[in-house]
Amino acid sequence: MAEKFDAIIVGAGPAGNAAAYTLAKAGLKVLQLERGESPGTKNVQGAILYSDALEKIIPDFREDAPLERHLIEQRMWVLSDDSHIGTHYRSDDFNKEPYNRYTIIRAQFDKWFSSKVRQAGALVICETTVLDLVKDDDCVVGVRTDREGGFIYADVVILADGVNSLLAKKAGFHLEIDPKDVALAVKEIHFLPQETIESRFNISGDEGVVIEMVGKITQGMVGTGFLYTNKESLTIGVGCMLSDFKQQKISPYALLEQMKEHPSIKPLLANSEMKEYTAHLIPEGGYNAMPKIYGAGWMIVGDAGMFVNAVHREGSNLAMTTGRIAAETVIELAAQNKPMTAANLALYRKSLDETFVMKDMKKYKKMPEILHKNPHFFTAYPELLNRAAHTMLKVDGVDKKSKEKEIRQSFVGKRSLFGLLGDAFKLWRAFE
Amino acid sequence: MHIVVCIKQVPDSSQIRVHPVTNTIMRQGVPAIINPYDLLALEEALRLKDCIAGTTVTVLTMGPPQAEDALRKALSFGADHAILVTDRAFAGADTLATSYAIAAAIRQIEKKEPVDLVFAGKQTIDGDTAQVGPGVAKRLNLNLLTYVSKIASLDLDKREIIIHRRAEGGVQVIQTQIPCLITMLEGSNEMRFASMDNMFRAARHPLQIWNKDAAGIEDPAKIGLKGSPTVVSKVFAPHAKTIKAEQIDVERKTSKEIATAMLSKLFREHPKLHAEIAKLAG
Repeated sequence: MAEKFDAIIVGAGPAGNAAAYTLAKAGLKVLQLERGESPGTKNVQGAILYSDALEKIIPDFREDAPLERHLIEQRMWVLSDDSHIGTHYRSDDFNKEPYNRYTIIRAQFDKWFSSKVRQAGALVICETTVLDLVKDDDCVVGVRTDREGGFIYADVVILADGVNSLLAKKAGFHLEIDPKDVALAVKEIHFLPQETIESRFNISGDEGVVIEMVGKITQGMVGTGFLYTNKESLTIGVGCMLSDFKQQKISPYALLEQMKEHPSIKPLLANSEMKEYTAHLIPEGGYNAMPKIYGAGWMIVGDAGMFVNAVHREGSNLAMTTGRIAAETVIELAAQNKPMTAANLALYRKSLDETFVMKDMKKYKKMPEILHKNPHFFTAYPELLNRAAHTMLKVDGVDKKSKEKEIRQSFVGKRSLFGLLGDAFKLWRAFE
Repeated sequence: MHIVVCIKQVPDSSQIRVHPVTNTIMRQGVPAIINPYDLLALEEALRLKDCIAGTTVTVLTMGPPQAEDALRKALSFGADHAILVTDRAFAGADTLATSYAIAAAIRQIEKKEPVDLVFAGKQTIDGDTAQVGPGVAKRLNLNLLTYVSKIASLDLDKREIIIHRRAEGGVQVIQTQIPCLITMLEGSNEMRFASMDNMFRAARHPLQIWNKDAAGIEDPAKIGLKGSPTVVSKVFAPHAKTIKAEQIDVERKTSKEIATAMLSKLFREHPKLHAEIAKLAG
């Protein structure tokens, strides 16, 4: 006999776990379905955990969550072929508890998060793929899984099935994802002894460093690279838009290999042993590429709804927040005995609009298109900036005024005065 | 009929690494799975349950608390009961101490319902000893049937079983009395895909968790590290050898030329080889 639940959550990533935990904690009868062997096996992230989003769900998460290092320093590097120029921001303020950001290893973190979901009372079933949404008229009333007797019913279905949400596509909630709206990121985890990491990055205890990189490492494609410190390993990765990979016929793996050979990066990885290689799609189409996120009997949360702030490399916090707010919407409607109609679930979108999630999505809505149309942001400027630094710093008997002139000319020569002004305007518009 | 299936949760050995500094096995992040050979045993037991009405299947495992996952999985395939024997006192057990503990637990199970068949995997993928199954059979005085490829017939009235057993150079057809202990060979069956109902049941089913007293351990000196005469003297990762491959250009060459080129390369690499072959040829 088919079982009925108050809510079914499809997927056990940060969005699904946030939703399932919040609903179960409120005493609702919750089923979470995950296609992976265990929660976390299909999930890939950089990964940095933003405390704020998780704190709003599990306030005392620091007590038992598997956290690697809290971040005290952020480096932003702009790379040319053989140099980098950039900024470091290191603050002892980030060393004060409660810490704001942590590096995590998702395989461990997701296991922990899922154990919390189970403790809260949700039924979590893995290795089960949801094939279809079951509809009564236009209202979603349940799911059909790939198992015998696979029909399961619920008042509401929350789709947290990730970037390539086959379910949402099949149900017609959004179209096939456009390659220009997703980034393909690859990363490796490299083992290094704790002492080596601490001395290489000038950190101690649980302190950690993040390096975000743009420039020639992406070979003209729209994308960024990153390097994070874990307790006993470094995570290094690079991601670019799928459409760019396709067009330039560069394999992501080769790109990462090349990046690891960069003279600014290579010494940081020296003598490390590669432990893990993963690849993942990141929905970076932004606000304009977002699908409809609710309807009669359903809501979409996390990556499945394009909730990623590519500019600030945030995604899991948006996922957790959308998961939590979707759950709170259900809790509120259930408390008032209201049905999960599209009109009532509009509350989800309304609540989201009030949060940083929608505000940031809207703020950067022009970004994907601008970057896409201006690949020189990733090639010409990194080159020019690095050359400028080199010119200024090299002591060779040339006077400083001539050096300034040379730098100015190199910029104008490469982009023309109008080009420079135009670029500045475009960037200002994108961040406006 | 009552069948007990012994399973073990093992690290997925294809994903294990040795810590480059401390030389210990790194289990962190390595997924735990049911020993694949035990799944063959479980599936065979479930097939008997499908054919013979009134059959119950009990899965039994000894391990740390997280071995619960392995039992829940076994339940999802259709096992009726699951028992986890777990106690710090069992830690560090070798095959001798393990078979002592498992045999004791099966005796406890028998107190409630007699056991007709015990299934086990032919070996585990982490220890690879193939000793625990036979050790349990010996202690429980069960007939032992290892490397079974097929259960040909089972007569509950006569308490007779006929099985096919893979042996060197052929197949043995063996008839014996039950109760007996069977270890299954790979290729004999394939694990089923659990139904949705069984997935729900497995997630909610209460497990029986036994400590050493509940498992009926009489002599604490025979379990865990104390009861294990095996000593691990050293753990190390085998070093990968790098030998440069050489290529012989075969483009527009006769077989004779290729063979000659290959032989001359071989003899150059191993100067003594020529003399040895000459000696052999007499």
